[in-house]
Amino acid sequence: MVNYGFMTIYWRDMIRFVRFKTLLISSLIQPALWMAFFGIAMSASFDRLGASIPPIPGVPEVQYLTFMAAGVIAMTTLFTSLFGGIVLLFDKNWGLMREIMASPLPRDHIIFGIALSGMTKSFIQVMIVMIFGLLIGVSFFAGYTIAHTVVALLGIMLFVGMFSIGFLFFSAAISISMDTPEGLQGIITLLSMPIFFASNALYPVSAFPPVLQAISTVNPLSQLVNGVRYFAIGDNFTTMGIHYVYTPADILLSFTVLGIFAISMFGVAWWRFKSAVVT
Amino acid sequence: MSTSIIEVEGLEHQYGDFKAVNGISFTVGKGEIFSFLGPNGAGKSTAINILITLLKLQKGEACIAGYDVRTEAEKVRESIGIVFQEVTLDRDMTVWEILEFHGRLYGMTRPDRKERIAEILELVKLGGQKDMLVKKLSGGMKRRLEIGRGLMTRPIVLFLDEPTIGLDPQTRMRMWDYIRTVNDEGTTIFLTTHYMDEADNLSDRINIIDHGKIIASGKPWELKNELGQDLVYLETSDNPRARSIITDLVSISGVSDKGKGILITTNDDGTKILPLIIEEIRNSGISVITVNLKKPSMDDVFVHFTGRELRDDKPGKSPATFRRR
Repeated sequence: MVNYGFMTIYWRDMIRFVRFKTLLISSLIQPALWMAFFGIAMSASFDRLGASIPPIPGVPEVQYLTFMAAGVIAMTTLFTSLFGGIVLLFDKNWGLMREIMASPLPRDHIIFGIALSGMTKSFIQVMIVMIFGLLIGVSFFAGYTIAHTVVALLGIMLFVGMFSIGFLFFSAAISISMDTPEGLQGIITLLSMPIFFASNALYPVSAFPPVLQAISTVNPLSQLVNGVRYFAIGDNFTTMGIHYVYTPADILLSFTVLGIFAISMFGVAWWRFKSAVVT
Repeated sequence: MSTSIIEVEGLEHQYGDFKAVNGISFTVGKGEIFSFLGPNGAGKSTAINILITLLKLQKGEACIAGYDVRTEAEKVRESIGIVFQEVTLDRDMTVWEILEFHGRLYGMTRPDRKERIAEILELVKLGGQKDMLVKKLSGGMKRRLEIGRGLMTRPIVLFLDEPTIGLDPQTRMRMWDYIRTVNDEGTTIFLTTHYMDEADNLSDRINIIDHGKIIASGKPWELKNELGQDLVYLETSDNPRARSIITDLVSISGVSDKGKGILITTNDDGTKILPLIIEEIRNSGISVITVNLKKPSMDDVFVHFTGRELRDDKPGKSPATFRRR
């Protein structure tokens, strides 16, 4: 018999997600605000710089706003996922974790349940960012047929899903190991900075110093951004005078890196949960 | 005892250098209300946490409902219900959601859950609060909800860890009635408490536990009988001398110092012995200042066995100083 125990954890976390209205609304509005303020402000200056560089004939040129929209999607997914496990820490402190730990539910189901609900939240947010983006002039799916758009959307969600699951496993692992939300917040803030800025989310990495370039190449966030750009913009475009070409092999590699990341993070979470004692 | 539901042999548990549970053995029979009575930090919660599989069994053997706690933790979990010492409810879920969540955690089917939730709500009288958020419930309602939740899966044993901590006297009484009802329906109950009256009122068998060991065990009246029939408390002008005089009298089973006076345990009717005691003391030129005669209470039993009192732990006081062990 297949055990759907993780759906219990999922169901309860989703109840909380829709119950706290302020949290729900702010988590949906925040990424849109990034697009609106940072995106529009930066694209005004970046596009002016880019205009001085002669375009490559035959290669479509993409506005900065469109370029960075993929980054905002990645960023939103990153932050939501990093904080996705925090409910476990609250449960540990407020006692509910004892009920769960003393129940027959296998511990890996706690991890899967939390990952699944975190992933769902990311999907919802990504949809909102894309819709909002399209409204303010992001040219995603430009010239796509309906079938192509559907495939592109599925591809994006596949990348978002794999990426978020990795960071949710990670978040669950540290949440079950930490004692205070402050400690967890500290670790997450410390990590989110380099992950976010040493990536190709907001700007091209070609101008980075070599060490930073190396970091950004293996950075899971860069893999996600690659995937989103490939599916939403295309495999061949220029932006700010830089030529981007993605081959299917590149994209498969990026996805594989995300897969390996998720599997190893699950290993970490599994190890932390196995040894967790909650009394 | 025809069938035993819990069998524990030589249980020990250590936190670093500190031995919280130091070799306890006992059996609990089917349908019993079995209690651990002891001060905070005596090892009650540690013992219960081992039995409910939240803590790893370090040393000893433990069997619940025929399943080995060490090797068949999952089976044990399916057979027991737990009401934890602290509130373990999500304040932002409704009463129904709390029960539904629990039923799902334990793998109950949808029709089963539906039927059981209706029954439980009826039983703990929370039908009217079904869709209310937990944070809007009173302390007594929360406790009732937790007990109801513990019963949802029809457990063979219900573990109650300090079930009435922080509740007002009236709610405690009702909670006791409620626990008795549950027991009458056939659920074996394992209770830990540091309230004398609670242990005395509810238990079929009390185990006084201190420093990780069971130091006395028996039915409440048996434990009290150990102290003799009556207790006499005396304050005199010369306690040490009075003490030596009394020790030699007939029908006296024990004399000890207590506060500003002496405590005498008798093994005959105290109303007849007391005049004799007073006469003897007066004849020796010692004056009697205060006299008190009473039947032994659970407090006296506790003092007798542990050599100290649990004064600070009266019900209704804030549990702020309470620490889990």
